[in-house]
Amino acid sequence: MKELLHASLVLLGASSFLASNAHAQVTPQRLLDSAKEPQNWLMYSGDYTGHRFSTLDQINTSNASALVPKWAYQTMAGGKFETTPLVVDGILYATGQDDRAFALDAKSGRPIWQYQRALPADIRPCCGRVNRGLAILGDKVFFGTLDTHVIALDSKTGNVIWDVAAFDYRKGYSITLAPLIIKNLVIVGVSGGEYGIRGFIDAYDATSGERKWRFYTVPGPGEPGHETWEADSWKIGGAPAWITGSYDPATNTTFWTTGNPSPSNRGEGRAGDNLYSNSLLALDPDTGKLKWYFQFTKHDEHDWDATQVPVMIDQGEKHLIAQANRNGFFYVIDRSTGKLVFSNPYAKVTWSNSKDADGRPASLKEASPTPEGSRVCPGAAGATNWMSPTYDPQTKLFYVTAREQCDIFSTAPQPYEEGHAYYGSAYFPNDDTAPFWGALRAIDPETGKIKWEWKHPSPTWSGVLSTAGGLVFSGDAEGNFIALDAVSGNALWHFQCGASVYSSPMSFAIDGKQYVAVAAGSALFTFALP
Amino acid sequence: MPALNRLKKIGSLFQMQTLAVLRGFLLAFFAAIVFCLALTQLSAQDTNPLANDPKASKLGEFQFRSNCAFCHGLGARGGGRGPDLTRAQKRHGNSDADLFRTINEGVPGTAMPPNGATQQGVGMTDTEIWQVIAYIRSVQVKAPAQPLGDAAHGKTLFFGTAACSTCHMIEGKGGRLGPDLTTTGSARATDYLVDSVRNPSRRLAQGISEAMKEFSQEYETVKVETADGQKFTGVVLNEDHFTLQMLDLREQIHLFEKDKLRSYEKSRESLMPAYDQKLLSDKDLQDILAFLLSVGAR
Repeated sequence: MKELLHASLVLLGASSFLASNAHAQVTPQRLLDSAKEPQNWLMYSGDYTGHRFSTLDQINTSNASALVPKWAYQTMAGGKFETTPLVVDGILYATGQDDRAFALDAKSGRPIWQYQRALPADIRPCCGRVNRGLAILGDKVFFGTLDTHVIALDSKTGNVIWDVAAFDYRKGYSITLAPLIIKNLVIVGVSGGEYGIRGFIDAYDATSGERKWRFYTVPGPGEPGHETWEADSWKIGGAPAWITGSYDPATNTTFWTTGNPSPSNRGEGRAGDNLYSNSLLALDPDTGKLKWYFQFTKHDEHDWDATQVPVMIDQGEKHLIAQANRNGFFYVIDRSTGKLVFSNPYAKVTWSNSKDADGRPASLKEASPTPEGSRVCPGAAGATNWMSPTYDPQTKLFYVTAREQCDIFSTAPQPYEEGHAYYGSAYFPNDDTAPFWGALRAIDPETGKIKWEWKHPSPTWSGVLSTAGGLVFSGDAEGNFIALDAVSGNALWHFQCGASVYSSPMSFAIDGKQYVAVAAGSALFTFALP
Repeated sequence: MPALNRLKKIGSLFQMQTLAVLRGFLLAFFAAIVFCLALTQLSAQDTNPLANDPKASKLGEFQFRSNCAFCHGLGARGGGRGPDLTRAQKRHGNSDADLFRTINEGVPGTAMPPNGATQQGVGMTDTEIWQVIAYIRSVQVKAPAQPLGDAAHGKTLFFGTAACSTCHMIEGKGGRLGPDLTTTGSARATDYLVDSVRNPSRRLAQGISEAMKEFSQEYETVKVETADGQKFTGVVLNEDHFTLQMLDLREQIHLFEKDKLRSYEKSRESLMPAYDQKLLSDKDLQDILAFLLSVGAR
């Protein structure tokens, strides 16, 4: 009897151990080895490379036409639903509009927990009450909020474990990106380039929430780069960092991108290159120290944030970063030195027709905003924007959503007032032109040449996913979610979601069945084979 | 002692009650004061506290460019989707309070969003909204527009020899191929209206707007040939990459999957004929505009 009891206790212990292991601790090692668990989607871009590529191939070019919707989860919140979910061992974690987070049974779409941030009434985030997703480590998920807090939620209950204010939201700061976990650090950057903030990237201890380092993207007095700002303009210099970075464990370097200098469309008063606005930054994740930088657009006057996920590509011995920039050029940069390999336009560009000494596109004087307005391509929303591109290591192609839209830029010299909108300009589409359009473009990162394009009737905000099934998934402003052949660019399947796609898709598997998920309208949709 | 205690208790109870009554009275009194203050505050907000302040109006111009010009155009003269705001007559109310409400709350059922809800801008504070109103007042035409022409004759032309009503509806009468013009007179600048008649292909009118889509569908012309050889010409009601919804010249709706069509050709050459001087004299055009304005003002 005693022995029996003992045995059953052991069994109970073992089963509870197994149960807790089932939704297991996500260790830093698991994040590094994410390729070993293709059924899970462990971080914003899928893995540290920023590829947004799934090695799952159950859904492939031969059967994609048979895809069917499996479930939809409605947040019932308004505005743009920009999330990329995480999936870990059968549980899907995501954020909704208005700073809510939720965990679902990834197979059925049924909620397990929900968390709603109580947002102050006076937040005024630019561009919608959006959030792009979570990060996961241990038994916590991490979340940046519109009132500029970084919070850790219990991944089993959604309860708040720690909550840290990164900055005073009343000064125009907010957080909209999905954090990046490196080792035991939660790395986030701020939004707020429309408010005259001073941008930064922060790292928090995942266990305690204690801030370990802060890298100001606008250098202060005495720091290198400070001389690229006129007078006190650095204090309100902008350069937010509102898209998730990538990480190269081989060199222990994390790559982050920054947004526009403030005011976004008026260069007067901030003469100089305005470092490190519109740049790619290579940082030491342990200390936040800058290793090198590359600035895409110097002294920007067109709101061309460089906030596109930095994509790590290896070509033999060459270790590179590719970025299709908002300014219309596709850049390939040496990942160890920060030196430009080449740049090539991938969309219509009118602001540059020459290169500087470093091979960087140089700006034409007449592209500057004027009181009457001057027409420039790409427009302020850019040739692309925050929606993720994808790199497919099988086709060796880089796929990006391109927007063919030009705008008229006119000056509007607003004075700076803390926490208030601070653009210094206005932009709007030219009514006399043909309608703007968009395209999903496949770029060869060896040459910068466009291999194929899939035309969208109007500019879209959907990101792109590639998979080992030879497929590329993306959406459009008309509400279609589309599967294309990654080699030919032919559409194999589409589904009408009922509202524009403002998110980047991902893929996961449960019990041997592959799913593709995308947020559109107020719903998160999943698709699989019947 | 117990009796005294009880008395004390009663006394303190009495005091408490008195206090409570007094407190209630005081509360009511303060509430009344606050209410009165709120009323004065409210009435103060009926008119622009920054009216006729040139500095406020200049700041308002910058705010306008950042937040409003995207639709209403530089100088507030109207763009492709936003009405001309230099008109003295505003469709959704002329008073300062009306303008404040329109800007702050938007206009349901139209493309005008509530303050801070656009994809392009960030919200404006109350002061910034008043600055914008000061700016709008500064560019507003001072005298009401002179009657352009003979509205009654314009109406005869519209529904008669000028044949506008073949394709355009006003207050429920007319055709469906072109945009309904009932509110156009109040929404568009005169230059825009003249241009739309003389050169309709230069800037196509906008049709359906979808909630999350940045750009509206335009009145593009489309020619279609089906797999079985039927041919249709008409306007695009809506389309996406895969499908087309169109209205043909006989006002029949057709719904097509593009890959099942033999041919499909879209054009930005409007189906509307360009009304040159021979088709429509300047005077007759002015009469039609006067008619549109008179309807729009209603």
